[in-house]
Amino acid sequence: METIILFAPLVGAILCGFGWKLIGETAAQWVSTSLLFLAAFFSWIIFLTFDASAHVNGTYTVNILRWIESGTLSTDWAIRMDRLTATMLIVITTVSALVHLYSFGYMAHDDNFKEGESYRPRFFAYLSFFTFSMLMLVTADNLVQMFFGWEGVGVASYLLIGFYYRKPTANAAAIKAFVVNRVGDFGFALGIFALYMMTDSIRFTDIFAAIPDLAEQTITFLWTDWNAANLIAFLLFIGAMGKSAQLFLHTWLPDAMEGPTPVSALIHAATIVTAGVFLVCRMSPLMEYAPQATNFIVFLGASTAFFAATVGLVQNDIKRVIAYSTCSQLGYMFVAAGLGAYSVAMFHLLTHAFFKAMLFLGAGSVIHAMHHEQDMRNYGGLRHKIPKTFAMMMIGTLAITGVGIPLLYVGFPIGFAGFVSKDAIIETAYAGTAGGYAFWMLVVAALMTSFYSWRLMFMTFYGTARGDAHTHEHAHESPNSMMIPLYVLAVGAVFSGMVWYGSFFGHTDKVAKFFGVPYAEATAHGDDAAHGEEAAHSEEVVTGDDHAEDTAHDAGAKEEEHHYNFAGTPGEGAIHVAPENHVLNEAHEVPTWVKLAPFFAMLAGLGLAYQMYIRRPDWPHKLATQQAPLYQFLLNKWYFDEIYNFAIIKPTLALGRLLWKRGDTDTIDGGINGLALGIIPFFTRLAGRAQSGYIFSYAFAMVLGIAVMLTWMTLFGGAK
Amino acid sequence: MIGLEHYLTVAAALFVIGIFGLFLNRKNVIILLMSIELMLLAVNINLVAFSSFLGDLVGQVFTLFVLTVAAAEAAIGLAILVCFFRNRGTIDVEDVNVMKG
Repeated sequence: METIILFAPLVGAILCGFGWKLIGETAAQWVSTSLLFLAAFFSWIIFLTFDASAHVNGTYTVNILRWIESGTLSTDWAIRMDRLTATMLIVITTVSALVHLYSFGYMAHDDNFKEGESYRPRFFAYLSFFTFSMLMLVTADNLVQMFFGWEGVGVASYLLIGFYYRKPTANAAAIKAFVVNRVGDFGFALGIFALYMMTDSIRFTDIFAAIPDLAEQTITFLWTDWNAANLIAFLLFIGAMGKSAQLFLHTWLPDAMEGPTPVSALIHAATIVTAGVFLVCRMSPLMEYAPQATNFIVFLGASTAFFAATVGLVQNDIKRVIAYSTCSQLGYMFVAAGLGAYSVAMFHLLTHAFFKAMLFLGAGSVIHAMHHEQDMRNYGGLRHKIPKTFAMMMIGTLAITGVGIPLLYVGFPIGFAGFVSKDAIIETAYAGTAGGYAFWMLVVAALMTSFYSWRLMFMTFYGTARGDAHTHEHAHESPNSMMIPLYVLAVGAVFSGMVWYGSFFGHTDKVAKFFGVPYAEATAHGDDAAHGEEAAHSEEVVTGDDHAEDTAHDAGAKEEEHHYNFAGTPGEGAIHVAPENHVLNEAHEVPTWVKLAPFFAMLAGLGLAYQMYIRRPDWPHKLATQQAPLYQFLLNKWYFDEIYNFAIIKPTLALGRLLWKRGDTDTIDGGINGLALGIIPFFTRLAGRAQSGYIFSYAFAMVLGIAVMLTWMTLFGGAK
Repeated sequence: MIGLEHYLTVAAALFVIGIFGLFLNRKNVIILLMSIELMLLAVNINLVAFSSFLGDLVGQVFTLFVLTVAAAEAAIGLAILVCFFRNRGTIDVEDVNVMKG
């Protein structure tokens, strides 16, 4: 079944991409879509029936083939199935299947292609190929296999961003995405090399087992010695930064919106950008031994969340607003992962995939209705024109801004998916940093998230129609193939948070059981590391099927929450949390005002947006003129593109031009041409002149030669 | 008493005459052939002289072979010459420069 999930999209891509001329365009689309739905169906079966306690270490592998056998490097091509993989499987295949379906409607007519030109099978083949690569990434059993998927999604992303290949901007964006990702991939590759150098293996199982030793070793890198675990974790995170569009390597993500909207929903919201978060969670045993690296992850994640949210405040392109929102939400996930609450990061990843894919597809529906107009300033008053899309977008917005009933807890909190998972992260951030930088950044980002999300809603669906009257007149609801995916995702956006709250952000024992991690009973509050380890090695370790205690805990009072801690050694279970890491427990114990903070941030954002875009629509313009420098700063995305352009691209281009003009044209070409056209003919003429054709001159030369050789032999050679 | 040196001197003189005959001659190809013949004979004198001096008969046997080869070579050379004359109507060395580079 795992093999079918993995290879169905590949088969779909091949059949659709190469076979559409045989079976026809529509049939090809149906083939790839139905194979994706098959994969999604199986993924859900696996996710729902996966029982971590039934397998050793909560993991099992499905071997596919022997892959590399070279010296000490020996590895299989295998599927590693654990809770992390299972979670990613449902995210990827579900969103992908729905996006395939959605694309039937969205890609039906496209002005970027000429009449009668066949582009749909190509689109579907790329989508399927992307899905295959992404599945390859998450099912990888070793780092090189993961790297294969990592690069595969990069290629697919490049192809899909540049899908409208007649648009120069799309091509530029595709190249930008590819090149920026290369920077990250370089770090990732270095990390893999370093891990192989230190542990002599690229298989996760071996690496995880070797990690405690790794933390005590040093690597010489660049100019000095580093702690091995920290350096490797940092290098791997560089890779994650690239794929997940974290600050400094984020510039490709907003530009990637040049691609068709279904692509944005699938790749740049739900899947590819979560690869980095997945990588950090997958390498959790390493991260646990790399405190400096994880501090950096937290810092950068929080900064990204804040930065992207500020930029999102002023963007006018509907897709770009959502793109920055994605960037910002990824920052949230990294904060959680960096603090050691990997399950919380995965939780937000899961819920975010639902509501963000939904927002993108909803935006696509709006764009479709408005004849490919993307500027929100030209929208307005659309809620009566496209009520179903409006309802769906409303659900998505409620989910992302985190609407819910605070403090009400009936075994799980009541609220939309984003409410549950985002609050979980903010509480984790408070617990993990003791109310520090990351926490405040995230709360402010939550406020801004709420503001720009509602701004999007108000500008698009409320007020008066500001754009072309004709377009507004003809705005129409999208076809069913586009609406059904929205309905399905709406279910996820509403319920996924509440349903899986316990599994991802419940008490430690529940989470541990869900992920197949051993956990140990802690005898007292705040027990220290020594005790935790002691418990882990003693017989008290529970391997995860004690239902009596589980139910006792559900009804249990708050004091009981501290009774379990993660235990076990790296590699046991899907994630590894050090026994001394209590952030998940402490996150449940934060003060009430912390629990309320994101809710009030959301309300403030909503109120502000309502005030500025419904009650006083003239305010935004006034504010923009009054605070012109700030407005320009945000509108130009903190001038990141300009700085990179000046600091990196221009010098690189200049260097390239220098090497091209001076180096290649002048030196290399000039050298070869000079040699071939100048020096060689000169000697040829000289040699030609010696060929008189007269036998006597040849004979003379021969005699001379013999005389010279004889003389030489007499003087220097011969017997001594 | 005529010793080895005398023979060798004569042979060397003949050889050098042959060489100069080769490249000082600007007129006649037949003279070229004759010069080559002269050089071969000079070598033969050397062989015979050494053979007699060392009391080894191999040198004289070898001389016979060289003579045979020289005869064959002269025959071929003359045959080429005839063909050449038929084609060009002259055997002037000055005109034989089709191998000019």
